[in-house]
Amino acid sequence: MKLHHITAALALAGLGFAGLPAQAQGISGDVIRIGFITDMSGVYSDIDGPAGVEAIRMAIADAGGAINGKKIELVTADHQNKADIASSRAREWFDQEGLDVLIGGTNSATNLAMAAVAAEKKKPFISIGAGASDLTNAQCTPYTVHYAYDTVALARGTGSAVVKNGGKTWFFLTADYAFGHALERDTTAVVKAAGGEVKGAVRAPLATADFSSFLLQAQASGAQILGLANAGGDTINSIKAANEFGVTQTMKMAGLLIFINDIHSLGLKATQGMYLTDSWYWDQSDAARAWTKKFEAKVNRKPSSLQAADYSSVAFYLNGVKATGTDDADTLMKWMKSNKINDFYAHDGYVREDGRMVHEMYLMQVKTPEESKGPWDYYKVVSKLPGDEVYTKPSESSCKLFKK
Amino acid sequence: MIDIFGIPIQALLGQLLLGLVNGSFYAMLSLGLAVIFGLLNVINFAHGSLYMLGAFVAWMGLSYLGLNYWVMLILAPLVVGLFGIVIEKLLLKHLYKLDHLYGLLLTFGLTLLIEGLFRSFYGVSGQPYPTPDLLRGATNLGFMILPNYRGWVVVASITVCLATWFIIERTRLGALLRAGTENPKLVEAFGVNVPRMVTLTYGFGVALAGFAGVLAAPVLQISPLMGSNLIIVVFAVVVIGGMGSILGAIVTGLGLGVIEGLTKVFWPEASSTVVFIIMAIVLLLRPAGLFGKEK
Repeated sequence: MKLHHITAALALAGLGFAGLPAQAQGISGDVIRIGFITDMSGVYSDIDGPAGVEAIRMAIADAGGAINGKKIELVTADHQNKADIASSRAREWFDQEGLDVLIGGTNSATNLAMAAVAAEKKKPFISIGAGASDLTNAQCTPYTVHYAYDTVALARGTGSAVVKNGGKTWFFLTADYAFGHALERDTTAVVKAAGGEVKGAVRAPLATADFSSFLLQAQASGAQILGLANAGGDTINSIKAANEFGVTQTMKMAGLLIFINDIHSLGLKATQGMYLTDSWYWDQSDAARAWTKKFEAKVNRKPSSLQAADYSSVAFYLNGVKATGTDDADTLMKWMKSNKINDFYAHDGYVREDGRMVHEMYLMQVKTPEESKGPWDYYKVVSKLPGDEVYTKPSESSCKLFKK
Repeated sequence: MIDIFGIPIQALLGQLLLGLVNGSFYAMLSLGLAVIFGLLNVINFAHGSLYMLGAFVAWMGLSYLGLNYWVMLILAPLVVGLFGIVIEKLLLKHLYKLDHLYGLLLTFGLTLLIEGLFRSFYGVSGQPYPTPDLLRGATNLGFMILPNYRGWVVVASITVCLATWFIIERTRLGALLRAGTENPKLVEAFGVNVPRMVTLTYGFGVALAGFAGVLAAPVLQISPLMGSNLIIVVFAVVVIGGMGSILGAIVTGLGLGVIEGLTKVFWPEASSTVVFIIMAIVLLLRPAGLFGKEK
């Protein structure tokens, strides 16, 4: 308890000094060290992975590679979709390498583990690729920023749009881990609230090769909508099998987490007409297209929303370092929670007390092969979903950081 | 309608059939492993990546050279088999006198290399491969709609498996192969070129993996990871069947496919683990596997 009082006192003292040149705190270890842990080689490595690393490098280069003469350094690791690898690597970096900020890539289980480590070490943790809304709800911490999207926003975006269009009865094909469960739970709530009915769900292990058995179970349920509460390679293989077994003739698919890379891989024939929610699309604005051009010159394909968020979040953090002149964790958490994000990724985005970065989301529909002008021209933006409506409202949250 | 544990019997039949489809892949892959282990004593960890290679070669044939599925069904296993022969001649050959572990490490290393190469060129989301025109569509079997292609997979793989079993267990060539592994010196004294026989056997074993890869191409997304997702299960199949037992590999492959299929209905969450639970039980009760002989 005593320690807590001292920390609180120090934090208050820090606030008192805000008017003074902030160099007082300075850059720890004379280097701004950014860590990035994501799936570099597994099922999620196309939507983030090495190209996400490249996006972060671009952000560092655009910040000049150094701030106040202190170098910005990036360390990266592959968590192989294992939570224990992610947390032990994070711990090692915080303890031994003086890591200043940790960026979490794909996979919710690994991000929940990293968030706990960062909170224990009192260092900022920015989660990009993870979907689980628990990060800023039941398991929120003062040091987590959940930047790109979450399962609640996806569920409210896609779920309510589909129910509005007459898709009243649902069956879920769910990936059997933290993220899939969260997505199923959040979408179920939306469907029921909109007057729909959930006829059942089947939980398939991560990285299942053959989904046909699960799809027959879905078909037997007689539901109108097949909710795909999975991601990456699992989504791809389930859509493929759904087409093969004629499930798509009796049920409509609602992809609850689909990335543009998945559409690219499956082709428009198998995916046309599908609704999905995403935080960003490369063709959504001039600024987005301009950044995409730079990204494409390095990686040779269009960016996913996560790769855009990788860049945006690191640029945002580095702006904070520039503005405050320090890489001190508490100073920067305070800065991030009191400044808005305005760039090619987000418009007037802001980080709430619980760490949720609230910004506009987009409901998209996949184009038909005739509508598409070529590779990567895949989405029509159906509607813009205001962040305040689509993310968990403070009144619905059990996060203890909200003063109630 | 009759129910079994709350599942209509028709749905159950459908699931059994799907299990058989997956079992066909297990059978073909574990057969190749069993042949290689039985005759070369090498634990071929590269099997999964060679299966992936088969699928990719089929895809490359179609997208770069315009060669259709049926041509590639013959050509891709040959390419993979040749590649296997090169591996055997250049690398594996030198390890026969050493412990099993060296062969395992070498082939594991090869897997990482091959997968890494394909990953860096093609990413992990995978490439789509269309079902051949002849096998498009589906047949209504009364209890389920079976895509014609899946039916073909079962027929093709069982045919190949039985032919392999027949050659090894019932022909003179097979007898020589088996004799060559028992006592290579003596067989060589009869004027048989044993090293060449071993090389060709390895080539044949991995060609089976390539064949399975081509069969899988229209069913799965062709991705560099498709082999590593499968190989561990296939190893469990080989261990359950009994290392080196040809018939054991075929029967357990099909059987475990069916059991896994049923698990997907009754306890979906456990479907990726059930094979390993069975493996643990079998190893406790019969350490040499169901069809293996204690040495």
